[in-house]
Amino acid sequence: MGSYYINRTFFFDVHPPLGKMLIGLAGYLSGYDGTFLFQKPGDKYEHHSYMGMRGFCAFLGSLLVPFAYLTVLELSQSLPAALLTAALLTFDTGCLTLSQYILLDPILMFFIMGAMLSMVKYNSCANRPFSAPWWFWLSLTGINLAGALGVKFVGLFIILQVGWNTLSDLWHLFGDCSLSMVTMGKHLTARILCLIVLPMALYTATYAVHFMVLSKSGPGDGFFSSAFQARLSGNNLHNASIPEYLAYGSVITVRNLRMAIGYLHSHRDLYPEGIGARQQQVTTYLHKDYNNLWIIKKHNTNSDPLDPSLPVEFVRHGDIIRLEHKETSRNLHSHYHEAPLTRKHYQVTGYGINGTGDSNDFWRIEVVNRKFENRIKVLRSRIRLIHLVTGCVLGSSGKILPKWGWEQFEVTCSPYLKGTLNSIWNVEDHINPKLPNISLDVLQPSFPEILLESHMLMIWGNSGLKPKDNEFTSKPWHWPINYQGLHFSGISDTDFRVYLLGNPVVWWLNLLSIGLYLLSGSIVAVAVQRGARLPAEVEGLSWVLLRGGGQLLFGWMLHYFPFFLMGRILYFHHYFPAMLFSSMLTGILWDTLLRLCAWSLACFPLAGGIHAVGILSLLLGIAYSFYLFHPLAYGMVGPLAQDPRSPMAGLRWLESWDF
Amino acid sequence: MGFLQRPVVVTADINLNVVALTAVGLLSRLWQLAYPRAVVFDEVYYGQYISFYMKRIFFLDGSGPPFGHMLLALGGYIGGFDGNFLWNRIGAEYSSNVPVWCLRLLPALAGALSVPMAYQIVWELGFSPCAAMGAALLVLIENALVTQSRLMLLESVLIFFDLLAVLSYLKFFNSQKYRPFSLSWWFWLTLTGVACSCAVGVKYVGVFTYLLVLGVAAVHTWHLIGDQTLSNVCVLCHLLARAVALLLIPAATYLLFFYVHLALLCRSGPHDQIMSSAFQASLEGGLARITQGQPLEVAYGSQVTLKNAFGKPVPCWLHSHQSTYPVIYESGRGSSHQQQVTCYPFKDVNNWWIIKDPGRHQLVVNNPPRPVRHGDIVQLVHGMTTRFLNTHDVAAPLSPHSQEVSCYVDYNISMPAQNLWRLDIVNRESDAEVWKTILSEVRFVHVNTSAILKLSGAHLPDWGFRQLEVVGEKLSRGYHESTVWNVEEHRYGKSQEQKERELELHSPTESDISRNLSFMARFSELQWRMLTVRSDDSEHKYSSTPLDWVMLDTNIAYWLHPRTSAQIHLLGNVVIWASASLATMVYALLFLWYLLRRRRKVYDLPEDSWLRWVLAGALCAGGWAVNYLPFFLMEKTLFLYHYLPALTFQILLLPVVFEHISDHLCRSQLQRSLFGALVVAWFASACHVSNTLRPLTYGDRSLSPSELKALRWKDSWDILIRKH
Repeated sequence: MGSYYINRTFFFDVHPPLGKMLIGLAGYLSGYDGTFLFQKPGDKYEHHSYMGMRGFCAFLGSLLVPFAYLTVLELSQSLPAALLTAALLTFDTGCLTLSQYILLDPILMFFIMGAMLSMVKYNSCANRPFSAPWWFWLSLTGINLAGALGVKFVGLFIILQVGWNTLSDLWHLFGDCSLSMVTMGKHLTARILCLIVLPMALYTATYAVHFMVLSKSGPGDGFFSSAFQARLSGNNLHNASIPEYLAYGSVITVRNLRMAIGYLHSHRDLYPEGIGARQQQVTTYLHKDYNNLWIIKKHNTNSDPLDPSLPVEFVRHGDIIRLEHKETSRNLHSHYHEAPLTRKHYQVTGYGINGTGDSNDFWRIEVVNRKFENRIKVLRSRIRLIHLVTGCVLGSSGKILPKWGWEQFEVTCSPYLKGTLNSIWNVEDHINPKLPNISLDVLQPSFPEILLESHMLMIWGNSGLKPKDNEFTSKPWHWPINYQGLHFSGISDTDFRVYLLGNPVVWWLNLLSIGLYLLSGSIVAVAVQRGARLPAEVEGLSWVLLRGGGQLLFGWMLHYFPFFLMGRILYFHHYFPAMLFSSMLTGILWDTLLRLCAWSLACFPLAGGIHAVGILSLLLGIAYSFYLFHPLAYGMVGPLAQDPRSPMAGLRWLESWDF
Repeated sequence: MGFLQRPVVVTADINLNVVALTAVGLLSRLWQLAYPRAVVFDEVYYGQYISFYMKRIFFLDGSGPPFGHMLLALGGYIGGFDGNFLWNRIGAEYSSNVPVWCLRLLPALAGALSVPMAYQIVWELGFSPCAAMGAALLVLIENALVTQSRLMLLESVLIFFDLLAVLSYLKFFNSQKYRPFSLSWWFWLTLTGVACSCAVGVKYVGVFTYLLVLGVAAVHTWHLIGDQTLSNVCVLCHLLARAVALLLIPAATYLLFFYVHLALLCRSGPHDQIMSSAFQASLEGGLARITQGQPLEVAYGSQVTLKNAFGKPVPCWLHSHQSTYPVIYESGRGSSHQQQVTCYPFKDVNNWWIIKDPGRHQLVVNNPPRPVRHGDIVQLVHGMTTRFLNTHDVAAPLSPHSQEVSCYVDYNISMPAQNLWRLDIVNRESDAEVWKTILSEVRFVHVNTSAILKLSGAHLPDWGFRQLEVVGEKLSRGYHESTVWNVEEHRYGKSQEQKERELELHSPTESDISRNLSFMARFSELQWRMLTVRSDDSEHKYSSTPLDWVMLDTNIAYWLHPRTSAQIHLLGNVVIWASASLATMVYALLFLWYLLRRRRKVYDLPEDSWLRWVLAGALCAGGWAVNYLPFFLMEKTLFLYHYLPALTFQILLLPVVFEHISDHLCRSQLQRSLFGALVVAWFASACHVSNTLRPLTYGDRSLSPSELKALRWKDSWDILIRKH
């Protein structure tokens, strides 16, 4: 993806641009020329310089460890807890693998952890409001939030976490009657500035850069609206000029207003036997093509309106028209046959010979956003085509036709006159030699408009990533139990294989810790609610457990549970941000529990050692498990693990791991 | 003999308001209930299920749990309905054997009882009888609620149980203060749990009200834990009582619904195919007739049909036939040109396969039979063509990443037969488990390539007769149902010769052992299928989006008289809808305002009225939110009637907000009187609107086209006007 930035061609992707821009920048600085194709996993890089980009991602990925260390240190004020967390992340094969390649995830996790760290830091400066470090950490939180959201929309979850933290912080301040309303106002403004205005500005700035850098027409054009395309150099709408009002005899292309549906299209192929009437197919098509051209004609005369002797006649709102397909001279036609995929709609076909058909070819043209004028503006008028005989409205269902329809989108005539975008069209290209051309520069969309449009498209693209019925997909409940990994490269036993899988010892420890945390946390909470008197030492520990651990648990839940609601296709690596939070929780929990143990056994002579021994054995165990599983990340050769000769033999603890 | 000394005295307080409200509620809902004597809107859909219950035929409906359907069927049972009616068209006249009045009685009763319950809820929330009366009257005159409860539909039943759950929780909560662990305390607590599970049992959306009640109960319990005047044991007893009544009882009741459902529906019917073979075999008729008395253990030489466990896109059986794969596909790739293996959705003699021991030649079962066990290597011989199931490193026709599966034909072109399969019983209990008919879920792992036999779900083109493609999945990424098969029909093969065997394959299977699934197994399968079955129709003329509901921008035409223009619409009382939405907003703003002020230690309200205000908001505004907001996340087709439970809660909030404004925000007596007058005027207008829309609610009067046009207050309303 970074290549696109270096070549400056426009593309469309479901993620926001910051991550790819950073990768592109890293590549640019390290001398990568943007010529490698990145077509499929496993292609050899050969002479291309890719180390800069990989190094950049790996660098950000390795920063996660100190970030987690500092966060836990700040939350628990305990060095062993922080060390334990750092060890968990260092020795996790999954984090390691994910940081080694050119992916968005290390960048995303970097920003998430950065936001978390600066939020925690600024919480602990709360007693010195408006001091320099306070401002520094507050604004750094905002910057990291912008970064996280700018890489992937998953960044939204950390924004929610910071937002919640800020709200409870403000609520706390608000209850303090010693603060005047003016001070409160200052607090509020500072947070709005740093956590809302600053990130928004940065986020939009990344888009501004994105649109500025990508100024050339590229493979992503067809997804965007006519106005958007007019911006891209190399696109035929760029600097073009066309007649302003639609007139009879014009050659036009008609574009559906819904995102990524495309142009009204027809071609010589007929609908196959058994699917409606055997007439010519009408579809929508995302790419520009001669078969998208239609001629607009009056319904009752077949005389050539381009005859210079006749005056120019404009098409008006409510006129009855015929649309003739330019290449095949067939009319846009509909009748009481069911549409190929949407059975409740009527079929739309191309019918007639050389422009003579029947009364089923007549459509009434209506302008939806009409003000006073009756004429129809090219590009700007939103039109509907109502079939005269059946009263249905022309639309695209957005469903993909099978092979016989070249996998283009289905066009139907819907009897339900709903005002959805599916049935609204605009005229894009317009060729009429008898009319003066005007420049399209008036169309230049403003920056907020293109920002909005590209967001709508990304949301559409994300929801379009649906798994097929019979595919094996990763389910969210698989993730915390480390049920199944992801092949990064190589499959069969001769390849060099890298397999994304968490270190099972680390992951299962995390899982156990969440359970233990819920148990111990609720015991402590009930004890406090019942008004039990706790000794000072225990009270301090339970405070760490409830307050610090609570924040981390909340982070884990926010980064994990929403995936259960998502309909899109999910992958194992989506769990990694949640895994970071869960590792930090593990660090705090074990440290606190071991300290509590040591405290309750204080009368025995060796009790003080329990804590040290416990932490040390955890650290060693994790390090040893990393020694066992490190080939997953650094690459394996030789036979698959079920073969006893394999170096990984005996490590396939779950049957679902296929390394 | 105490009663001899003291006479038995029954004292009863009868609130005449409640009695009167019940009476008018009944009147409004039961009046001319059997009219129209025709199928109205979704009755066409629920009616089918009533008929299935009457005939005790098994069906599967993904739209909701069975309790609601069973209640409707109860009406049919009372009226002596025999189930003989063809529910095929909205507007069809009912024949004389359909007891329309009885069928519509239960929803109507539920709708009528909602009226006094609204009174009780506002009363129990601690507001004045006047406010309570207002809430009840608003529910009474709300046209949409009237329409919905006069037909064989489930919304009014759902609303009834939602309100019952909230009401009994309030009763329980109020008796908590004075008499914990008394009889009435237990009664209301248990009733809360039962009502919640009834609500869930009628429609899944009932679960949101259940969660709301649980949430409120959890907060109250948390306060109880903090109450240090209670002993630890006492707190524990409270916790246990709540856990039993609000968690265990609802779960048990929910299971009970399914138990009754499955006990009632014991005959096989049109939806059998979706269920697993084991489930089908537990129904009378259908598959059970065939599989009754099959031998249980699959042995070498057994003749079997293999059904795929996934059942999507259609349930089908492993199949082969004489035709071969085309040498070159349309895409230009080549095939092995061997005999096709497909998955075929119909019973056919070509679905029969014989299990063969690779080490022996015979295709019959020894005496005694040698059972096949987990991990054994077998060959599968196609019964009619005697070819071996085979897979090899050739790309499958439609899924090029998987291997082609064929029946091996030896063309003598150095493509050896690879027809050994290892049997992998997925649901085994031990590693030496015997392969059982129907019960065992098995996978076939290819010995040479470790590919797994899998249904890809794609339809083959014409050369494959549009049957489904079967492939060998090279990299099995974990467990997936499309790789799992089970034996459905089974018999021990006896014939040595091919001709005899063909005859044998054509003959029906016989013998007898009946196999019954446990209730829990049947329940979990049925529940899982109900949740995953997908309805394909996604568009409807009257479907709407949640945003249309708040201000009533849409309606649903339920029924039109075949000759006149009398018609029934689901159309609400616009005044009530708009002001209820407004009241919710006012409540939210006021609540936020008070909350912020309280945080700054400014107490506008006395403590008890603040608590009342919060509880009323949590239940009524909360009830609205949980019954409304989740619809934004749902992908199914939505209709206006989905909003009715949320609306009911919103209506309850209206008088609460009015009373609050009059008590706390009106500073002087004059303001209070003025406000009272305004409310009365507003109520009068609501009554007027309700009366104006009455012909569309009851459908009893034919209106002229101009009258109908005058009723079309919003352009988005679809009112049917006949063209003459």
